[in-house]
Amino acid sequence: MRTPLLLDIAADAAFDRIALGTREDGFDFDAYRARASQVAAWLRSRGKANTAFLGMNGEALPLLLFASGIAGTPFVPLNYRLADSDLNKLVARSAPAVLIADDDMLPRIAPAEGIELIARSDFEAEFLAGATPERADLPEAETDIAVLLFTSGTTGDPKAAVLRHANLTSYVMQTVEFLGADEGEAALVSVPPYHIAGISAILTAAYGGRRIVYLPAFIAEDWVATAAREAITHAMVVPTMLDRILDVMAETGETLPALRALSYGGGKMPEPVIARALAMLPHVDFVNAYGLTETSSTIALLGAEDHRAAFASDDPLIRRRIASVGQPLPSVELEIRREDGSCCAPGEHGEIHVRGEQVSGEYLHKKVIADDGWFATNDAGWLDEGGYLFVEGRLDDVIVRGGENISPGEIEDMLRTFDDIADCAVLGIPCEKWGEKVVAVIVSRSGHPDIEAMGQAIRAQLRSTKTPEQWFVRGALPYNETGKLLRRVLKAELAEALCAD
Amino acid sequence: MELKPGSRWKSAVCDAQMVVVRPPSGAGELQCGGAAVLPIDDVAAPTGAVSPDFAEGVAIGKRYIDEESGLEVLGAKAGKGSLVFDGRPLTLKGAKPLPASD
Repeated sequence: MRTPLLLDIAADAAFDRIALGTREDGFDFDAYRARASQVAAWLRSRGKANTAFLGMNGEALPLLLFASGIAGTPFVPLNYRLADSDLNKLVARSAPAVLIADDDMLPRIAPAEGIELIARSDFEAEFLAGATPERADLPEAETDIAVLLFTSGTTGDPKAAVLRHANLTSYVMQTVEFLGADEGEAALVSVPPYHIAGISAILTAAYGGRRIVYLPAFIAEDWVATAAREAITHAMVVPTMLDRILDVMAETGETLPALRALSYGGGKMPEPVIARALAMLPHVDFVNAYGLTETSSTIALLGAEDHRAAFASDDPLIRRRIASVGQPLPSVELEIRREDGSCCAPGEHGEIHVRGEQVSGEYLHKKVIADDGWFATNDAGWLDEGGYLFVEGRLDDVIVRGGENISPGEIEDMLRTFDDIADCAVLGIPCEKWGEKVVAVIVSRSGHPDIEAMGQAIRAQLRSTKTPEQWFVRGALPYNETGKLLRRVLKAELAEALCAD
Repeated sequence: MELKPGSRWKSAVCDAQMVVVRPPSGAGELQCGGAAVLPIDDVAAPTGAVSPDFAEGVAIGKRYIDEESGLEVLGAKAGKGSLVFDGRPLTLKGAKPLPASD
């Protein structure tokens, strides 16, 4: 099954429903499909293997995604936040390709063999302006790769994750009800185009029949103003975005009465932020979603009922589920495994493995999925007795101190319960005696953190081996734009600092 | 009739349209409203002759399955006829919709 089918059947059944843009002058589903087909015909005429995109969010993006699917040219959205040298490496790896780039980004691109560069303004003048064109009738393409997404490279050179049409359509059809959205629903998309959530948002909205409104990039003030003006009902945010959205709402007094559902993911949401969100947006259903690029987005989610039940419960075992990512989707299998490959018992920590049709587990020229279909996520986690999944971050981030595996997550959670802690990270730093030692990097609200009290609390509630041996106070911690803490950067900085001592 | 995943069909007798989500394990005829379904691009207009024995309807967005062959079909447009594969009526797949997550 191919991704253009999702748009095709939606456009047949709900042709005059607004699909992209504002209520007043957005494109309806019929125009969406017709324009995508014209873009596809043009892509075919260029004869390049891939279709690359470098730019901010906007209607050009979903048109290019579906057009690439129709034309059979894998879609390659590139990260505009990369340094020019890194960006140009990815441009070269995308060749041969048509590359549509924002006008102000064109000067950043070095000439490369096999790259046909098109200014976005020219593309938009040709395919987004004017009256709805006729539908171009194209034969079905054969390439089964739909999207190539370069992973963020927080742990090395970016890898090109392969998402096949079968992975993406399976994800959409197993998780979304066809035209399940009512006509008034609208999703505000502010995650960047090169993030898996930016891709899955396009596909699930088309199939579900939900209008998409884009923010070119995330700015909290714009997000709140647009959500109010466009009567946005659904949105997905990463943790750093939500905190800033709540700040703007508090300043402006905006209450977003139309908003029905907010999903969050892409990093660990601090519990105080979600508690504040629940209090400020009592009419909104919160969903915590966990997924990876290699799994076509979400594989587990904590729904609205779970959020409410956790917050209302006196039972600590239920209450702590607010920090979980909920239960695996019915359409995927999920296991926690030990290093020897055997399955962990409930409560036992191990590596998260997943299997299902939406799981690609594949990079260009390298399949990392096992023969039996299981994919090792490289994420550490555990399941509670009720099957709720707790994700502790990358396996590589686990601290090994004197042979004991220590997960930074539980120590960070503990630190965040102190009012004075605005943000924190716990890391393992090389140490001769233990192999690695536990250090904490904290952002203090008062500027005078009571390190002794925090150390004592960790020693009392967790274990002495988990108590940070060194503490660093910082003004802020480094994050990438989708809310992932850059542990590698922090670790490198600390290693330098320690050596300098 | 090759019921490939992603293939689109329409009823010969009512307005229903279908998409094959999972193919059947073996060959067989898919019917709607008592008549064999047609490829989506077939120019024939629906006859309206829905058999009263197969008139429970196809609903948009619902999934219909044949347990025995594994065939799964999505209702892409609603119609009055109901679905049968290889002589067996398809049953409605009860799936609780998941909340939007992206």
